[in-house]
Amino acid sequence: MNKKLQPIVQALQKDLDAQVDEFRDEVHVSVAPEHILVACQMLRDKFDFELLSTLTAVDYWPEENPRFHVIYQLTSVSRGLSLMLRVPLAGMMPVLPTMTVVYQNANWRERELWDMFGIRFTGHPDLRRILMPSDWEGYPLRKDYPLGYEEPQFTFNFEEIDLRKPYAKG
Amino acid sequence: MGIEQKLGNMGVVTTTLEQAVNWSRFRAMWPMLFGLACCAIEMMAAQASSYDLSRFGMELMRASPRQSDLMIVAGRVSRKMAPVLRRLYDQMPEPKWVIAMGDCASCGGVFNNYAILQGVDEVVPVDVYVAGCPPRPEALIHGIVTLHEKVRGEKVKQWAKA
Amino acid sequence: MTQLQEVTLDEIKHLVSDRAITGETMLLNMGPQHPSTHGVLRLLLELDGETVINCLPDIGFLHTGIEKNMEAKTYQKAEVMTDRLDYLNTVGNTLAYCLAVEKLVELDVPLRAQAMRVILAELQRIASHLVWIASSSLDLAAMSVFLYAFREREMILDILEMCSGQRMMTTYIRPGGLWRDVPVEFEGAVRNFIKVFPKRVDEYESLLTRNPLFLDRTLGIGVLTKENALQYGVTGPMLRAAGVKWDLRKDWPYCGYEQYDFDVPTHAEGDVYARYLVRIQEMREALKIVQQALDKLPYGAVRSDSRKFVPPPRSEIGTSMEALIHHFKLWTEGFPAPPGAVYSAVESPRGELGVYLEGDGGPKPYRVHWRTPSYDNLQVMPVLAKGHLVADLIAIIGSIDIVLGDIDR
Repeated sequence: MNKKLQPIVQALQKDLDAQVDEFRDEVHVSVAPEHILVACQMLRDKFDFELLSTLTAVDYWPEENPRFHVIYQLTSVSRGLSLMLRVPLAGMMPVLPTMTVVYQNANWRERELWDMFGIRFTGHPDLRRILMPSDWEGYPLRKDYPLGYEEPQFTFNFEEIDLRKPYAKG
Repeated sequence: MGIEQKLGNMGVVTTTLEQAVNWSRFRAMWPMLFGLACCAIEMMAAQASSYDLSRFGMELMRASPRQSDLMIVAGRVSRKMAPVLRRLYDQMPEPKWVIAMGDCASCGGVFNNYAILQGVDEVVPVDVYVAGCPPRPEALIHGIVTLHEKVRGEKVKQWAKA
Repeated sequence: MTQLQEVTLDEIKHLVSDRAITGETMLLNMGPQHPSTHGVLRLLLELDGETVINCLPDIGFLHTGIEKNMEAKTYQKAEVMTDRLDYLNTVGNTLAYCLAVEKLVELDVPLRAQAMRVILAELQRIASHLVWIASSSLDLAAMSVFLYAFREREMILDILEMCSGQRMMTTYIRPGGLWRDVPVEFEGAVRNFIKVFPKRVDEYESLLTRNPLFLDRTLGIGVLTKENALQYGVTGPMLRAAGVKWDLRKDWPYCGYEQYDFDVPTHAEGDVYARYLVRIQEMREALKIVQQALDKLPYGAVRSDSRKFVPPPRSEIGTSMEALIHHFKLWTEGFPAPPGAVYSAVESPRGELGVYLEGDGGPKPYRVHWRTPSYDNLQVMPVLAKGHLVADLIAIIGSIDIVLGDIDR
């Protein structure tokens, strides 16, 4: 762990009861969903983490509790530090408070998480689908959503797949 | 060349109607700007300095579908883009041709999943498929020349159908 | 195939001003197919005459599902898809992915491969900036720059083709090093490029930098303040043109960038002209790095020895049993990665390109997330465009240097 990160991580552990992991010289801090907004505000205001590098999620289906882990990767430009926060969420349609009050670029990132995973963010100014068409059903990046794989046409099955393929008519 | 021999050098050329119309069609075919992804960069490179598409009559790429007759679908077509593609194709006036440039437009390419159309011929009828990921500018030019050969060989009966 | 997306006014009522609902301002669609949106980007503009009141980007027209598709392939096969994300920075994408994989499985990379990666990444940076200057100048009606820039780009693409056989989607950088060593003509070609290129950059500058038409269209347009930049997660030349000196090659060096001596150009104004100056200077700095790396290029292997992750050379397979078994296992199963997550970032020509890679003990990545710079750079555009004319909007989009493959993944 970077020595400069240690007081920051200790403050998070003390105030917000966070779990700390280290993997390949990086620090992953697990925070409960109730504390994440407070954690990010503290990191931005007190410890100068001005940049939200990315906000993403991982689906651990078929494990139900926690099913999702939402990942906040924060960067401090003035101090040159990087920190990953993980929020475990349970259930099929979890809910989290929005981070747009702290970092503005969370706006589109949360829309993408809603679109791809079905994670709802309360207080978001504009929660609609961003990457998929607005009438799409389902949340593509979930593990129980199929890939949508089309069988490739080899010479032995060329004709039978050809008959099924939806060709355009003029 | 029968009449020219008899009438001498009058500055007159005779040809068939098919040849004349096809000649005017393929010698100045204007493509519509439909660059979507990586293939668009190779299409731009084909239009630019080293591989010049202007020598094939494609001096400009018109953005408006009403003023173009060739649609080069360059790049992967996602499900959100497919209705837009069809609408632009419908807005083009006859006669029109479509070149599916690249693997993603021909058959889905590297991407075999929920988001990408497996070949743009699910949406529009394609005349020439150009393979490559992305195809070299020379491959695109070969595809365009193939299309020119196809147009050159069109018959009057086919115009009436279109 | 779904129906055409008709957005009614009700759906976006909360995003446009009240004057749009009464009909005083006009809602115009700058559609996915447009000559100057640099890809399939749809902009919903609320216009008062020619002035932009609100600008709502609508993305997703190039969504490829790469993140989900990579979960279905092994680590080596998934690399093929990484090229196609930001298709102007293909070498950079594979570099980011390979750095993440090497971090996850703890694989070492020999020094020659690291130096060669730096050379190729910087050449790719120059090529990407050339396309930027070509297309954004074409939008501002300076067409000769387009033709000149593509001429230089052909030289770089020839070098990439010489190494890997492909002009754009090279997949030349593999986990553990490079695919194979560069041919003998490589050094001559790169040195020729280094000799020729500075005068060409001077040519572009002579056409644009003091051109009163260009200055009129770019000075004071689309100003991004320092606070807004960090709040919106902007990185790369846009951030440096707003006054923040943050470059991952200097601050979190990777691949041996700390040995090379180069500057990080910054400007304080934050307008379109500042971004233009920053990128022109970056092209020159990248050339400096290429020259230093080429001069200091060490001899040695170009790929790691660890046979658990790197396939053995073909010559060994005929004689050694272990080599055959490694080859077989790597090609049928792939290599397993330990469970755990890493985040690794490189500096792409557009900003911070990060890969979040999570393994689960198997040969396929459990989750790959790409932190692409254009995604956040585009989010700040509505803020920059307020109050400007539609023509200025075109200049702003050109200066942000977005690539839709990056945004929609």
